[in-house]
Amino acid sequence: MTATIERGSATASVNPPADTVKTAKPGRKGGFLGSSNGKKAVMAITGAVMVLFLIGHMAGNLKSFAGAESFNAYAAFLRTMGEPILPHRVLLTVVEVALVVAVALHMWSAISLARRASKARPVKYAARRKSRANGYAVHTMRYGGVIIVLFVIYHLLDLTFGAANPAGGGATPYDRLVEGFAPSRWWVTLFYVLALVMVGLHLRHGLWSAFQTLGLASSRSYRPLKAVAAGLSALLVIGFLVVPVAVAIGVIK
Amino acid sequence: MSTGYTEGEPIRDTKAPEGPIEDRWEKRKFSAKLVNPANKRKLHVIVVGTGLAGGSAAATLGELGYNVTSFCYQDTPRRAHSIAAQGGINAAKNYRGDGDSIYRLFYDTVKGGDFRARESNVYRLAQVSVNIIDQAVAQGVPFAREYGGLLDTRSFGGAQVSRTFYARGQTGQQLLLGAYQALERQIAAGTVKMHTRHEMLDLIVSDGRARGVIVRDMVTGEIERHVADAVVLASGGYGNVFFLSTNAKGCNTTAIWRAHRRGAMFANPCYTQIHPTCIPVSGDHQSKLTLMSESLRNDGRVWVPLKAGDTRPASAIPEEERDYYLERIYPAFGNLVPRDIASRAAKNVCDEGRGVGPGGLGVYLDFADAIRRLGREAVEKKYGNLFEMYERITGEDPYAQPMRIYPAVHYTMGGLWVDYDLQSTIPGLFVIGEANFSDHGANRLGASALMQGLSDGYFVLPTTIGDYLANGPYGEVDEDDVTEAEAEVRQKIEKLLTNNGTRTADSYHRELGRIMWEYCGMERTEESLRKALERIPELREEFWQNVKVSGEADELNQALERAGRVGDFFDLAELMCIDALHRTESCGGHFRAESQDADGEALRDDENFSYVAAWEYGEQGPILHKEDLDYEYVKMSQRSYK
Amino acid sequence: MSMNLTLKVWRQKGPKDKGRMVNYRVEDVSPDMSFLEMLDVLNERLILEGDDPIAFDHDCREGICGMCGMVINGVAHGEQVATTTCQLHMRHFEDNAVITIEPWRAAPFPVVKDLVVDRSAFDRIIQAGGFISVPAGSAPDAHSVPVKKVDADAAFDAATCIGCGACVAACPNGSASLFTAAKITHLSLLPQGQPERDSRAVAMVEQMDAEGFGGCTNTGECTAVCPKGIPLDTIAQMNHDYLRAAK
Ligand SMILES: Cc1cc2nc3c(=O)[nH]c(=O)nc-3n(C[C@H](O)[C@H](O)[C@H](O)COP(=O)(O)OP(=O)(O)OC[C@H]3O[C@@H](n4cnc5c(N)ncnc54)[C@H](O)[C@@H]3O)c2cc1C
Ligand code: HEM
Ligand code: HEM
Ligand code: SF4
Ligand code: F3S
Ligand code: FES
Repeated sequence: MTATIERGSATASVNPPADTVKTAKPGRKGGFLGSSNGKKAVMAITGAVMVLFLIGHMAGNLKSFAGAESFNAYAAFLRTMGEPILPHRVLLTVVEVALVVAVALHMWSAISLARRASKARPVKYAARRKSRANGYAVHTMRYGGVIIVLFVIYHLLDLTFGAANPAGGGATPYDRLVEGFAPSRWWVTLFYVLALVMVGLHLRHGLWSAFQTLGLASSRSYRPLKAVAAGLSALLVIGFLVVPVAVAIGVIK
Repeated sequence: MSTGYTEGEPIRDTKAPEGPIEDRWEKRKFSAKLVNPANKRKLHVIVVGTGLAGGSAAATLGELGYNVTSFCYQDTPRRAHSIAAQGGINAAKNYRGDGDSIYRLFYDTVKGGDFRARESNVYRLAQVSVNIIDQAVAQGVPFAREYGGLLDTRSFGGAQVSRTFYARGQTGQQLLLGAYQALERQIAAGTVKMHTRHEMLDLIVSDGRARGVIVRDMVTGEIERHVADAVVLASGGYGNVFFLSTNAKGCNTTAIWRAHRRGAMFANPCYTQIHPTCIPVSGDHQSKLTLMSESLRNDGRVWVPLKAGDTRPASAIPEEERDYYLERIYPAFGNLVPRDIASRAAKNVCDEGRGVGPGGLGVYLDFADAIRRLGREAVEKKYGNLFEMYERITGEDPYAQPMRIYPAVHYTMGGLWVDYDLQSTIPGLFVIGEANFSDHGANRLGASALMQGLSDGYFVLPTTIGDYLANGPYGEVDEDDVTEAEAEVRQKIEKLLTNNGTRTADSYHRELGRIMWEYCGMERTEESLRKALERIPELREEFWQNVKVSGEADELNQALERAGRVGDFFDLAELMCIDALHRTESCGGHFRAESQDADGEALRDDENFSYVAAWEYGEQGPILHKEDLDYEYVKMSQRSYK
Repeated sequence: MSMNLTLKVWRQKGPKDKGRMVNYRVEDVSPDMSFLEMLDVLNERLILEGDDPIAFDHDCREGICGMCGMVINGVAHGEQVATTTCQLHMRHFEDNAVITIEPWRAAPFPVVKDLVVDRSAFDRIIQAGGFISVPAGSAPDAHSVPVKKVDADAAFDAATCIGCGACVAACPNGSASLFTAAKITHLSLLPQGQPERDSRAVAMVEQMDAEGFGGCTNTGECTAVCPKGIPLDTIAQMNHDYLRAAK
């Protein structure tokens, strides 16, 4: 047996693990929301709220196939929901506020968990890590989420406020829809497709993951849960996409 | 050549209470002085080792309110070598109603130990065994259970009743984690102060009492002194003197050897247990041997080819050309004969040239019948992880072809001499677990070491040490005694680091191991032992002149750690050979070729050797003190498993 | 048959030193050697040349103590499934392979030297509540509480965790969830573990956070490298117990 040695040939530039020298620090214990598990639960619950919204939203969007009237009526209905018990637009506003809160909390926990994670892993491996588990979707969660948020901002400017829509803010929702995805604006459609793929991936992992986070999963339910997650995210992606695609190819006009 | 020894005063009193054997432990518990709860905090106990013995002792002493400091060389107490025990733990619960009882466990242990263990101790062990299972279950140890929800048991080598409790093939792990968790609980409560990655390098003896230890912080290299009112050694066995053994790599003799040097007697050092079912050596690079749990012998059948030099693969050897030698020679026990017998039988067939595998050092352990009888699934359920382990190491599939096994050093029955209270010959120094010599005589039965370690740690020591501590606190320690011990430790480290020789400590260790295996292993003769006693001092001399240790003293230095341990192994090896040479009888794990019956079985010489050999350290060679063994309850008989 | 290898090994003198990768050429490696035996051989060489041997943790060398552990070619404990580093054999490598060897990387596991890291954070997580409180001698008869076999088996599966830390090393978040969850699950599946179940879950999760481990985002890398195959649903169990207790 022989062994030859090349001394000191550094092959990877690695950050010095500078301040990782640590003695047991008396834990700063931050209660439920301060704990990683609490944050995760917030993420799962807010995620679930958003998923419910998306299902409703998708169903509503499909009304566009029934024609301008039906779709506009649906848009109007959204605003008159709950009347006359509740004043105009109150219920919708409640939903909107709930959504904003959900998005905010979801992002807050995502960001604080990401920061915690990067503190926990300050030094990267020199050898490329090979992912050995759970597929691709899981690694898109963080940047995927960012893309989704950017999309939603654009989307609101586009179809809700009309600011980024050729039909403008005063047009009916149906017109904004038809004009927005007009064949000439194919790049908008493309952007939607991309964003929706991200949404699909996010939910493909996020849906079963939420069950896991809430302690409702077990090794027996992983397969069915993952299948439902895949099915539901595919359904959402397709359900959402048929509308802009139909507009873009002129089925809806 | 130092084969010489002198004989000192016999040991007359082991402090075991008189009276009927069933009442002795009760009696002792009652007579032991109690410590006022308010004083316990002021009494400081050091526990070296966090295996089943040390972990359970430290946890229990902490729970009782003593001020405990605990040490281990691993990075956490949970990794002590006890973690590796696979097979199970005995207890006289008689949950099966198959005729087991405390008395029977006592009887089996005395007989299994070839009448070289103390009756009083063994009886107590059998009594306490029952409480161990209760304690472990309450701690959440997930023992195997039956569908009715009750605990499952199995039978184990040397016993005809089913009294072995187990947790798949990881009994030691689960029991140790139970003790570890109890220990961590005390650490959190502040009653135990834990020092991991600390190695004990010497014992502080002051005013005739054990008062502390010198340890090295293995990360910073700092030499620390810790003083206390009593010291408990639970540092495990010394099987690694053979280099290759089933013990963890770090197992060492340093703690007990240093205590021996400071006055604690070392009893029966030559009693080593060779385990029959280990995976054979695959080459010179071999760093340790892996045990396959003995439970495999419940369903596996041991055989070798009938003809010497038969190199056909196992599958090509027809049934009638196989020799199921254990079943043939020992029809009553068959494949379940005690370890020493199974080991020697394997050696004998290999010596006849009928061994299998590389180098002819192996015998088959065949599961074909079991798979046929029970189905592959049942076999997989019972032994799955062991089969996997085998395949991982050898690259062979034991479902398709028989395993190859060979004996390997496994357990050391010898250790520091202790009395009934587990106190050594140095007042205030208690020794528990495999580190002491107490309960197994010349041979330990399977699944009894875990029992002894936990019995010592949870139940016996916490009571008996109280009797000693009740007279404490023992006051200031003489500074000179501490300084002297510390200086010796520093000198040794300095010597190793500045030696600048040409061979590594490992290479010396390997050579020492070969000498021990060859000349003081499964079979010993006067000639072989004399040869060993010639070679060992020479090699030790060379070691101290020529060993090379790189690195510094004040850092994590694994080369230094090893070299220090090897140094102590040399001294111990010599004492083992002297002990083996002086004991001209065969008994249990000690087989002297000169002393065998017509069938080649171990032949005891009760007339001359029915004593414990307790060795005192002497500059001019060891001094032998004999402790006579009397058997009032179990009639001495020649062991027979035929 | 023997093989020649190039090793790229992380060398770091001490906790405060800057480390670097160093290349070693090792020749004549037998395929029957374990990975650690291969390193032993290199180390003996290094000692004779007056160099520091590569420090690595190990003890049992049979996959049970949990002491060994290094990241081999980017995978904790190496490519082989359900295998600790000490059980990994050289027959699984190609001749002339280049093998990268690094320590566990996680802030709560600071490097002590070379491949040795400090995993005492795990002990403190156990201290926080990973036990059942029973003073010695106070236990009732073992058969006084029967336990359903399925529960006992599942508890055992979780209890086989060896505390090696590979889960942390592999987790992109540096989370100790699998380790912590294994202990919580083991104890909460048993009747004996019920009285302290709630407080245990909260205390252990909080300690895990306090040690600086990341949160779990269910990536599942941990269970994939875990030498004992601790299943992912232990984490669901932990989450469940924590939420139940925090309510
Ligand atoms: C592979 C294997 C399988 C076994 N299977 C069984 C079985 O099925 N049933 C059974 O009953 N028995 C079995 N045994 C035997 C049994 O495991 C041991 O005898 C027993 O666990 C010893 O426990 P212990 O507490 O005395 O010592 P150990 O568990 O060896 O603990 C020793 C402790 O001392 C510490 N230590 C040692 N030296 C020093 C030092 N110098 N300074 C500081 N600390 C030190 C170590 O860190 C460790 O914490 C098996 C043994 C082996 C090797
Ligand atoms: C608006 C659309 C969004 C929906 C419907 C959604 C949904 C979900 C769901 C259901 C989960 C699973 C929760 C769990 O595992 O416990 C999840 C996780 C996550 N989401 Fe979102 N999310 C959305 C937007 C975002 C945004 C904008 C971000 C980024 C800032 C983001 C980042 C994450 C991250 C990092 C996770 C963690 C992955 C995990 O827990 O496994 N999400 N999301
Ligand atoms: C490609 C498919 C989609 C189409 C055609 C579509 C269409 C619309 C339309 C027309 C509106 C305006 C409704 C109104 O003002 O009455 C709207 C609002 C909205 N959409 Fe979409 N949408 C799509 C995808 C998405 C996705 C993927 C998300 C989220 C991730 C999303 C989030 C929202 C939000 C938050 C609102 C505002 C709701 C409110 O004001 O209450 N949409 N969408
Ligand atoms: S969960 Fe698995 S990987 Fe993590 S410490 Fe336990 S055994 Fe190691
Ligand atoms: S890899 Fe990490 S993210 Fe969770 S599932 Fe395992 S702890
Ligand atoms: S050395 Fe014990 S698990 Fe690898």
